[in-house]
Amino acid sequence: MNLSKVDNIIQDYKGNPSSLVMILQDIQEELNYLPEPVLNHVAGKLSLSVGHVCSVATFYSSFSLEERGKNVIRVCDGTACHLRGANLLKDEIVRALNISEGQTTEDKLFTLEVVACLGACALAPVMTVNKKYYGQVTREKLLATLEKYRQKDSCVLSEPNDSKKTD
Amino acid sequence: MTVKKLTEPDALAKYRDSLVASSDDGKPCVLICGGTGCRAGGGLAVGDAFREVLEQRGLTEKVEVRMTGCHGFCEQGALVVLKPAGLLYVRVTPEDVEEIVATSIEGDGVVERLTYREPATKKRITRESDVPFYANQQRVVLADNGRVDPTNIDDYIAAGGYGSLAKALTQMQPDEIIDAIERSGLRGRGGGGFATGRKWRSARNATGQPKYVLCNGDEGDPGAFMDRSIMEGNPHSVLEGMVIGAYAIGADRGYIYVRMEYPLAIENLRIAIDQATQRGVLGENILGSDFSFNVKISRGAGAFVCGESTALMASIEGLTGEPRAKHIHTSEKGLFGKPTNLNNVETWANVPVIIDKGVEWYTSIGTENSKGTKVFSLVGAINNTGLVEVPMGITLREIIYDIGGGIPKGRPFKAVQTGGPSGGCLPENMLDLPVDFDQLTEVGSMMGSGGMIVMNDHTCMVEIARYFTDFLRRESCGKCTPCREGVLRMYEILDSITAGRGKMEDIDLLEEICGYVRDNSICGLGKTAANPTLSTLRFFRDEYIAHVKDHKCPAGVCQALTTFIIDEKTCKACGACLKACPVEAISGGAKKKPAKIDQDKCTTCGACREACLFDAIMT
Repeated sequence: MNLSKVDNIIQDYKGNPSSLVMILQDIQEELNYLPEPVLNHVAGKLSLSVGHVCSVATFYSSFSLEERGKNVIRVCDGTACHLRGANLLKDEIVRALNISEGQTTEDKLFTLEVVACLGACALAPVMTVNKKYYGQVTREKLLATLEKYRQKDSCVLSEPNDSKKTD
Repeated sequence: MTVKKLTEPDALAKYRDSLVASSDDGKPCVLICGGTGCRAGGGLAVGDAFREVLEQRGLTEKVEVRMTGCHGFCEQGALVVLKPAGLLYVRVTPEDVEEIVATSIEGDGVVERLTYREPATKKRITRESDVPFYANQQRVVLADNGRVDPTNIDDYIAAGGYGSLAKALTQMQPDEIIDAIERSGLRGRGGGGFATGRKWRSARNATGQPKYVLCNGDEGDPGAFMDRSIMEGNPHSVLEGMVIGAYAIGADRGYIYVRMEYPLAIENLRIAIDQATQRGVLGENILGSDFSFNVKISRGAGAFVCGESTALMASIEGLTGEPRAKHIHTSEKGLFGKPTNLNNVETWANVPVIIDKGVEWYTSIGTENSKGTKVFSLVGAINNTGLVEVPMGITLREIIYDIGGGIPKGRPFKAVQTGGPSGGCLPENMLDLPVDFDQLTEVGSMMGSGGMIVMNDHTCMVEIARYFTDFLRRESCGKCTPCREGVLRMYEILDSITAGRGKMEDIDLLEEICGYVRDNSICGLGKTAANPTLSTLRFFRDEYIAHVKDHKCPAGVCQALTTFIIDEKTCKACGACLKACPVEAISGGAKKKPAKIDQDKCTTCGACREACLFDAIMT
C-alpha cells in the first residue's frame, strides 16, 4: 500500500496527535476506509499506541474499517424521517440490494448506512447517495435512483442528472 | 482579490457607510434560499437559471442574484424572494425562471401559480411578509438569514455586522460586557439553559493561560437543524459573538466544533473565518486593538455524545468522545486542561444582538426566566415544516397551528416532542403551555436544542419511546454502567412490548430502570435518557397497556400487533395502495372493484395506509 498520501495528510496537521480525529477523516476521504496497515502507520507517525488509534477509529460511527462501496447510500432515520417511513425505505433498499445495514454489495457498487439525522427534515424521508440528497423518496423513486447509479457505473457518466426538483 | 484590512473601529463604520452608499436599495434583487433543504430541492440549479436568463436578456448589471442562507420555509423549497417588492415564489424549478423574469422583473406582474397557497383557506399570498408562517414569527437571530450572502462578509457588514464587536472593543470593558450578558438573562440555547453570563464570568475569573472559547455546533438531536441553518446562513453572526465573548473572557483562541454531516456549514464557516481574518475583525490585533483571537474548525466524526461539553473537548483533543464527571468545571479546567468557555451556536448568535440593541430591548422579549427568542425546527406531521423563531413564552398551539399551519390531511394531533432524545412527548391538553426552559422541564420534557416534532394519530408512542431509546443505546459511549447497561435494558423492554411480547410487570421494571439511569449516569445523555420513556408512560400509559394486555397497537404502527383491512365501502378503487405495497399483497383496486389485502402476504408495514387518499385502510 502506498502510504505517501497518508504521510502528506499527517504532514498537513504537522503530525500533531491531537489532530488524530481529523487526520483519520482525511485519510478515509482519500482511501474510502481505514485499512489496518494505515492505522498502524498513523500510530507510529504520531507516537501513539495502536490501541489508542484503534479506539478512536472504532468509537466514531463515521469511520469504517472495511472497504465501502463505490456509492454510499445513507438513509436518514432522524425523527421526522422515522415518522414519515424511513424504516420502509430502509427495508426497500435491503430488499433491492440484498444487503443489510452497514454492508456492501458483492459488486462493491453500494454500501448501505443508516444515519441519525441529515438535517433535511422537510424532505422526509431523505436519503443521500454520496453527497447528493434525494427527498420524499417513494418506492418507485428509489428503484429508479438505484438503477441510475447502476447505469452510471456501466457507461461511466458523471453524477446522474435529474430534471425533477426533489429527486 | 486583496481585501483592505480594517485597522480601527472607526474604519469599520466608514467602510459600512461606503457599502451602503454604493448599494442601490431600489435595485431588483433575487434572493434564492441556499440552505441544505432548498439545495436538495434544486435551489442551486434555480440560481444558475436566473443568472443565465438574466444574461440572455442583458439584465445582469441591473438585477442582483444572491444565494442566501436558509429562509426557513423548507417545506416549500426551492424558495425565491424578489426584492424590493418582497414577492415570494415557492417550489420553484429552473423551468419557471424565464416566466418569473419576464413577469415580475421585466414586468410588474405576479406569477400566480408559483405563489404560496395557504392550505386551510386555499388563498394565494404573494408577499413573503404576509405569509402566516413568517408573519407570526419574531426573527432576531435569523433576521439576516434570508438576506445576506453567507459567503460575502460585505453583506454582513452592510447589514450592521461587526458593529457590536466595534462597540464592545471601544466602549465597553470586559466586565461590562459580562454584566450586560448576565442582565440580559441569556441562557444556553444548546439544551441545558445555563446562564451564559455566569458561565463567562467563571471563565474570566479562572486562572491559567491560554483560555479557550468554543462553539458547540455538534447539533446531534435527530429532527433538529437550527444550528446548521445559522452556521450555513449567517456564520459571521456566530463568529462575531465568539470574538466578543473571547474579549470579555480574556481568551485568545477557540474552536468551532461542527458535526461532519453538515458539509455546507463547515464550508461557509471556513470562508467566513478567512474573510473575517482578512478584514481584521478576527485574528491578530482585531480592528487595530491589542486584542487577538484565532479560531479553528474541528469536525465531529459521528458521535451524538460529543454534544456534551467534556466529550466535545475530548474529541477536539483527538481522543474518544467520552465525558468526564464535572467535579471540576470546564471553566477552570477544560480543553487541554485550560479554562474554557463553551456555548452553543444559537447562544453565540444572540450575543451581537444583545450588545447592539441593548439589555432593555432584549429583556422585553420572553418570559420572566427565559429571555429572548428561540429557534425551533418544526417537523413531522405538520403542514409548514421549517425553521421558526419565536419569542419565549409563546404557546405550543400558536407554534403548531398559527405558524405551522396544523396537521396535514386534517388528521388529529396526538403529541409534540421537544428536546430530542433527551426530551419528552407532550399530549394535546398541554398545547397551551407557554414554551420556555422551566415550563418544559416541569412537565417532563425539555427545551433541548430546539427540535419540535409533531405527531399525529398514526404515531405509536411506545414505538417512539423505543426509537429514541434505541438511538440512545447506540450513542451511549459506554463509559458509565448505568447508561451503558440501563439504557440497553430499557430498549430491550420497549422492543419486546412493541413486538407483542410485553408483560405488565415489564412496565414497572421499565420505570424502575429509568429512575436508576437518570440518577446515576455521569453525563447529560444518561441523566435524560429516560425522558422519552417516562413522558410517554406518563401521558400515554393506556397505549402501553393496549400493547401488553390487548395485543393491539392503537396507532397501527407496531407490525406484530397490527392487521390492516380495507373498508370496501370507503375504497374508491383508485389503486394508490397497490402501487405503494412493497410485497404485492393487495389485489383488486381497479375498475370499481375495491382493493383487498392478502393477510398472508401482508407485512403490516403501513405503506398502503399512508398512500390511501380516502382513509379507507383501517386497523
